[in-house]
Amino acid sequence: MKPVNVTDSTFEQEVIKSSEPVLVDFWAAWCGPCKMIAPILEEMVPEYAGKLKIAKVDVDSNPVIATKYGIRSIPTLLVFKNGVVVDQIVGAMPKKMLTEKVNPHLN
Amino acid sequence: MKTIDVGIIGGGPAGYTAAIYSSRANLNTVQFLGVQPGGQITLTNDLENFPGFPDGIGGLELAENFEKQATKFGTVTVYDKIDKVDFSKRPFYLKTTVGEEYLAESVIISTGSSSRMLGVPGETESIGKGVSTCATCDAFFYRDKHVVVVGGGDSALDESLFLTRFVKKLTLIHRRDKFRGSPILQNRVLSNDKIEVVWNSVVEEVLHNESGVYAARIKNVENESSHDLKTDGIFVFIGHIPNTELFTGILNLDDHGYILTDRSGHTNIPGVFAAGDVQDSIYRQAITAAGSGCVAALEAYKFLEHVKSSSEVPLSV
Repeated sequence: MKPVNVTDSTFEQEVIKSSEPVLVDFWAAWCGPCKMIAPILEEMVPEYAGKLKIAKVDVDSNPVIATKYGIRSIPTLLVFKNGVVVDQIVGAMPKKMLTEKVNPHLN
Repeated sequence: MKTIDVGIIGGGPAGYTAAIYSSRANLNTVQFLGVQPGGQITLTNDLENFPGFPDGIGGLELAENFEKQATKFGTVTVYDKIDKVDFSKRPFYLKTTVGEEYLAESVIISTGSSSRMLGVPGETESIGKGVSTCATCDAFFYRDKHVVVVGGGDSALDESLFLTRFVKKLTLIHRRDKFRGSPILQNRVLSNDKIEVVWNSVVEEVLHNESGVYAARIKNVENESSHDLKTDGIFVFIGHIPNTELFTGILNLDDHGYILTDRSGHTNIPGVFAAGDVQDSIYRQAITAAGSGCVAALEAYKFLEHVKSSSEVPLSV
């Protein structure tokens, strides 16, 4: 299952106003480490259904959001809760390390 | 617990080449790719000196080709780190971070090396917020901005040249009065209008606020004077440290932490081999890593044949 593709125009609705926490992956097609975590995030979509929304922002086509959150390195993953950033993960990592970072933020 | 012939720890050119040779020799081969599958080449935009690609090849593309070639011959790749080993008896025990356990008749270690960081105040908390070790990944965010690059070897020079395609200006900070990098790169750097070189200097602090890095505190090592240079980002290319934490106290390492091997990749434990940057502090090229991965796999094959036919462990060399 694919993460939700979020854009500059849908970010408010999909992430800020989301009732469940959201993990947002800032990525781009030219980024090697981004490709490594993509399959992990796809695996996580069904596993975290109802607990955590998993979303992706392509920084190439959505500069407004990437700039707003000061993204200067990809992959960067931000965890949003009630519209606010509560955690930041920089760089690709195996699934277990990623889930350990994310799990404490679940409702 | 899975029993395998060859466990390869590491996912760079050395590991993939070992995997290609090992699985093509019909050995049951599992390769643990670690945190950064493809290894350091995935951080390189273009490899201009890897033989067979006269127009250069992207690091990521080369890594994907390696993986295709290894899995074609039957290598099973696992995207996880090994976080525990027991080399005290054969077969050797390996455990991944998610708790998968393996018993391997032989092991090839190709965990490579990681970027050395500056180790100055403000650096760690600014990773991803202005401090970077990957120009290919992050140059995009510095279009028409100013960046500082620290270093003076081939990587620093090469990555600086790549960054000039994006940035408005780049200040290259080097602690000596001349570069270590190759003459061809030195010439390209010194003749590039966007690059200003500051010699005999180091970054002694990363200045940052809520939105990330805003300046670098630069110290001249000759007269000890310091000044703050306003910048949007700091790229660090000051060398590498071998990824051998897991093997400290188990394998013989040199003073800098590199695994000691003979020229055929044998470590001090028969059946455990090492290949690539984790045992090479000198050449550290994709092609030399690949070459040593091939050697280690051929030696592992020989070792396993010998064990099978004599049921005795050959003496270490």
